[in-house]
Amino acid sequence: MSDRVNDSKNSGASRGAGSTGGTVLKIENLHVSFGEGETRARAVRGIDLEIHRGELHALVGESGSGKTVTSTCVLGLLPTPPAIIEAGSIYYKGHDHEGDLLQFSEDKRRRTRGREIAMVFQEPGKYLNPALRVGEQIMEMLRLHLGFRGEAAEQRALEILETVGLGGNRRVLRSFPHELSGGMKQRVMIAIAICCNPSLLIADEPTTALDVTLQMQILKLIMQLRHKFDMGILFISHDLAVVHDIADRVSVIYAGKIVESGSRDEIFNSPQHPYTRLLLASVPDAAKRGKKLVTISGKVPDAEHFPTGCAFHPRCPLAEKRCADEQPPAEKLDGSRSASCFCLGKEWPA
Amino acid sequence: MGFLLFILKRFVRLLATVLIISTIIFFVIRVIPGDPALVIAGIDASDEEIASVRAKLGTDKPIGVQYIEWLGDIVRLDFGDSMISGEPVRELIFERFPLTLSLALMGISLGILIAIPLGVVSAVRRWSAWDYFGMLFSQVGMAIPSFWLAILLLLIFAVRFPLFPLFGLGSFRHLVLPALSLGFVRAAVILRLTRASMVEELSKEYVITARAKGLTETMVKYKHALRNALIPVVTITGIQFGYMLGGAIIIEQVFSLPGLGRLFLYGIYQRDFTLVQGGVVFIAVVFSLVNFLVDVLYSVINPKIRIS
Repeated sequence: MSDRVNDSKNSGASRGAGSTGGTVLKIENLHVSFGEGETRARAVRGIDLEIHRGELHALVGESGSGKTVTSTCVLGLLPTPPAIIEAGSIYYKGHDHEGDLLQFSEDKRRRTRGREIAMVFQEPGKYLNPALRVGEQIMEMLRLHLGFRGEAAEQRALEILETVGLGGNRRVLRSFPHELSGGMKQRVMIAIAICCNPSLLIADEPTTALDVTLQMQILKLIMQLRHKFDMGILFISHDLAVVHDIADRVSVIYAGKIVESGSRDEIFNSPQHPYTRLLLASVPDAAKRGKKLVTISGKVPDAEHFPTGCAFHPRCPLAEKRCADEQPPAEKLDGSRSASCFCLGKEWPA
Repeated sequence: MGFLLFILKRFVRLLATVLIISTIIFFVIRVIPGDPALVIAGIDASDEEIASVRAKLGTDKPIGVQYIEWLGDIVRLDFGDSMISGEPVRELIFERFPLTLSLALMGISLGILIAIPLGVVSAVRRWSAWDYFGMLFSQVGMAIPSFWLAILLLLIFAVRFPLFPLFGLGSFRHLVLPALSLGFVRAAVILRLTRASMVEELSKEYVITARAKGLTETMVKYKHALRNALIPVVTITGIQFGYMLGGAIIIEQVFSLPGLGRLFLYGIYQRDFTLVQGGVVFIAVVFSLVNFLVDVLYSVINPKIRIS
């Protein structure tokens, strides 16, 4: 891949081993749909996903594949209706709470948000309140979830700013979001997310809206914080280069289903599912200079009209007859990986 | 600091606005056909009489000198004497202003008290009974002419059920019906804006953040969204208030209230040049002042504005 990625490969030794801590999140057989009858869209169709403490789990997929629906569902912010959570469970084990999030009362759910499960969004400029000072946006969390009062809250907020690399500067606390640069805003967003020391951080494309140099800084910060706070991170992205840099585990999602899941090295070094293989082959790379880039023919199906059988079969060069009729089950492969495909190991057509 | 500089800038703008308006009025009055001295002295006055009136009015001096004197008069809020009654225009205005001010204050307060809560509830519970009531209220409020509403209110609450006096002055109760007729229309406008603004803010991304932080719905709506939603509402309300300070000609007429509106109306009827001229400048000054205060308030609640 790019030079940037290779650089970080060398520093990979310092990376956490991953999968060492206990389970913080376990999604089982999650089904989410929108609407009913003709317009029913099955956005998420049986997702399984497990995240351990201190592990960064990347969920990779194109837009419309169900990444955001899944993360919003974990956070408990999916509006129902129109969304219907048809089946599944989201087991969570954090500081004070343990159990199936979907069975929690609305109030208990709210109290886990921000406190135990926090989220960093894509565009900090839009996701920060323009009319509230940065300090207040952090301190209201401390007051609400941790019972901080007065000067103590401000002191704590300063420490948190220090942690995210904004220094112990009171001027930042008193700033409004528009007075800060894009990178600083994202740091504030992260400060808000981590200020109550959550067990799980959901990062929804947190660097997509930033330029490349800032991207690296923010990613490094997220990595540092993961170790410091021993958080599990669900990292949602479509940027394979970024995922290769930072992920411990990778799950590839297509049409509301996870088609392949494994450790980062397993996924990147020997992808098994045809979709993953094509996805990786379509990334521009210095080693592929002069060769024609692979593209995946066809387009992502929309959730109202997912194909029968394996949803990828109309675009799959390996597809057989039964791919259109039956859904391939998730198959456990060597190591820690699994993939859902009837044609695993089949020769790639020339 | 940035804030003080902002206030200073806006204050300079206020002075510039008043200067420009005064200048325009000065020249408009001089461009309008007809010599005020002739009007005052009468059709069959002798040349000497006319000349003496001109000397008294100062219109015999070069136009540059007149202009400087005019600006000096405005700084002292000295608008000369009424051509009809001979009383100083400033006194005439200051005599009427307290009534107009209290009417405007009551009217806008009533408007705000009705409109903002109803607008917010309409937005938060969209398509609920509250929302339909709110929308009906604002439709009707904007469609009804205020004089008709005033007469209707008089018929019901002064004639049929004599809860309030029919006309006149003297107590708080005299002002209730006029303030209500004024406030109703303002409420209709403010309600619409509040609802639209709140609906828009509730769909913004930072509201998702607020929910993701685990805040209660009350905090999400009334701390995070409402704060932003009120920003445009403050401006519109301030401008409406500014208008009301110029006097409400129709409402004052219906309730026989001696406010600024009627003063200026009679000034126009009677060709009282100095009164009209003073009145226009006064309204301009008050309106600019209110706008200045609204700008200051706006910058307090909307930090972004201070940058530009």
